[in-house]
Amino acid sequence: MAQKFTAKIWVLGDDIDTDIILPTEYLALKTVEDMKPYAFSPLRPELAGLIQPGDMIVAGKNFGCGSSREQAPEVVKALGISCVVAKSYARIFFRNAINNGLLLIENADLYDAGTEGDTAEVTPGKEIVYNGKTYEIASLPENLTEILEAGGLVKAMRKRNGLD
Amino acid sequence: MGMTMAEKIIACAAGVNATKAGDIETVTLDRLMSNDGTTHLTIDMYNKLKNPHIADIDKLVWIVDHNIPADSPKTAASQKKMRDFAKEHNITFYEGEGVCHQVMMEKHVRPGELIFGADSHTLAYGALGAFGTGVGCTDYLYAMVTGTSWLLVPETLRFNLHGQLPEGVYARDLILTIIGRIGANGANYKAMEFAGEGLHGLTMADRISICNLCVEAGAKTALMEVDDVAMTYLEEHGRTPKACFTSDEDAVFAAVYDIDLSEIKPIVAKPHFVDNVVPAEECLGTHIDEAFLGSCNNGRIEDLRVGAAVIKGKKVAPKVRFLVVPASRTVYKQAMKEGLLDIFMEAGAIVMNPNCSVCWGACQGVIGEGETLISTGTRNFKGRAGHKDSFVYLASAATVTASAIAGEITTADRV
Repeated sequence: MAQKFTAKIWVLGDDIDTDIILPTEYLALKTVEDMKPYAFSPLRPELAGLIQPGDMIVAGKNFGCGSSREQAPEVVKALGISCVVAKSYARIFFRNAINNGLLLIENADLYDAGTEGDTAEVTPGKEIVYNGKTYEIASLPENLTEILEAGGLVKAMRKRNGLD
Repeated sequence: MGMTMAEKIIACAAGVNATKAGDIETVTLDRLMSNDGTTHLTIDMYNKLKNPHIADIDKLVWIVDHNIPADSPKTAASQKKMRDFAKEHNITFYEGEGVCHQVMMEKHVRPGELIFGADSHTLAYGALGAFGTGVGCTDYLYAMVTGTSWLLVPETLRFNLHGQLPEGVYARDLILTIIGRIGANGANYKAMEFAGEGLHGLTMADRISICNLCVEAGAKTALMEVDDVAMTYLEEHGRTPKACFTSDEDAVFAAVYDIDLSEIKPIVAKPHFVDNVVPAEECLGTHIDEAFLGSCNNGRIEDLRVGAAVIKGKKVAPKVRFLVVPASRTVYKQAMKEGLLDIFMEAGAIVMNPNCSVCWGACQGVIGEGETLISTGTRNFKGRAGHKDSFVYLASAATVTASAIAGEITTADRV
């Protein structure tokens, strides 16, 4: 699994839905790069401009609920978010995120403890160290790890079929 | 050990005798639906593949419904991409025919099938005993190319329905009540199965409405056993089942709920979450700017009949837009035949062509800053229907129509 990394935390709430992650009116934009400025805009219009590559999102329950629009995890990935740590994920978003190589971590406690602007040290598949405390995290099943490490489902299939 | 309906359908699609919740199975899909929300992305990815091919063309159904007719050069371009690709590859293709899930129910879904839809409300197909589940465009592409995908076999929440809904109370009120009770992630990763003698009294329109909205509780799929009502619908539409499954008596459910339909009351889901439900009475007097009767959830002929009965001889309130959007061409024609569209237009409603409309905040009818919509659509998320600072309330066709007349939230027995 990927190496340990340190990331700055952005805290979002419960039930962060796909219309908040990327509103419908921006879905028709040509590229995910064009969509980036509008990520999370219904909730925090300034946020997309503040996120730096490598930062992480910490959120509550049911992150990504709503639509199957794959632009949602794509835009989070394009902003350079290193991982999302939430209490739970909506299932379509979970699959879409893995398929786009976006690391999702499920953890019940970090959301309640996490303060925006702080940093945390993440070791995927093992633990998150934040504010002197260690939060254990589960590793993903092997087939999903393979997809994540390749950078998404299509890339993983290309790799598996010896095309890359 | 017995199996649930969900387990049986997955086992069948995986070609194994038995499976159980928590297992991961590789399944062969029976049908693959995609719409103009994301098909252009699927095509872009497909065209970048080294050796692109489609496993089984006959299983693909592509439907333009989210932005039909196109509302900008950008949406026109993505639809053209979809239309051209469908033509080149001989893919079953509809545009202007209706909202994807309604078209699928009218023309394609068969009991026992396992269906991927690149749309979250694909759960609607459970009304015909089919396992419909929503996926993104990458999962769709994989299934389109290989014919297969992997699925985590879900646990099942079983809802035993008893009795019947009181007059003036609808399937929409029932499913909102259930979502309010279990929460917006109360069925996350799980199947929601509906059974009991109360189910048999529900129309197909009711059943589609219930299954469709289960995704708002996070469900992976929704399922109902195939009874005489479902078989009659299937026969009327010229189809036969792949297989009719029911859960075994000793099947293991994660939870069982008993619901007395006679206790259900008119419900409203307040902004900005579908599980933020209250009795409609608690919202009485809330000012509205727009009302919407339509969507894959409540745009069927039965819903239009309910709305027309409420508004017949009355007028839409001044300064309120009332959008009526039949869910399909078939529904539209039937509504014309029955004189329902006349009733709506006499009342001052705006009758539009079948599409996803303001339910997904595109097409036409989006609301502006500070405005309030009452809707039979599927979601009331912040900004879902237009401006980020606007408000959406969800309710039944009767409550929405009554509110359009009053200019504020009210119930049908009050207008």
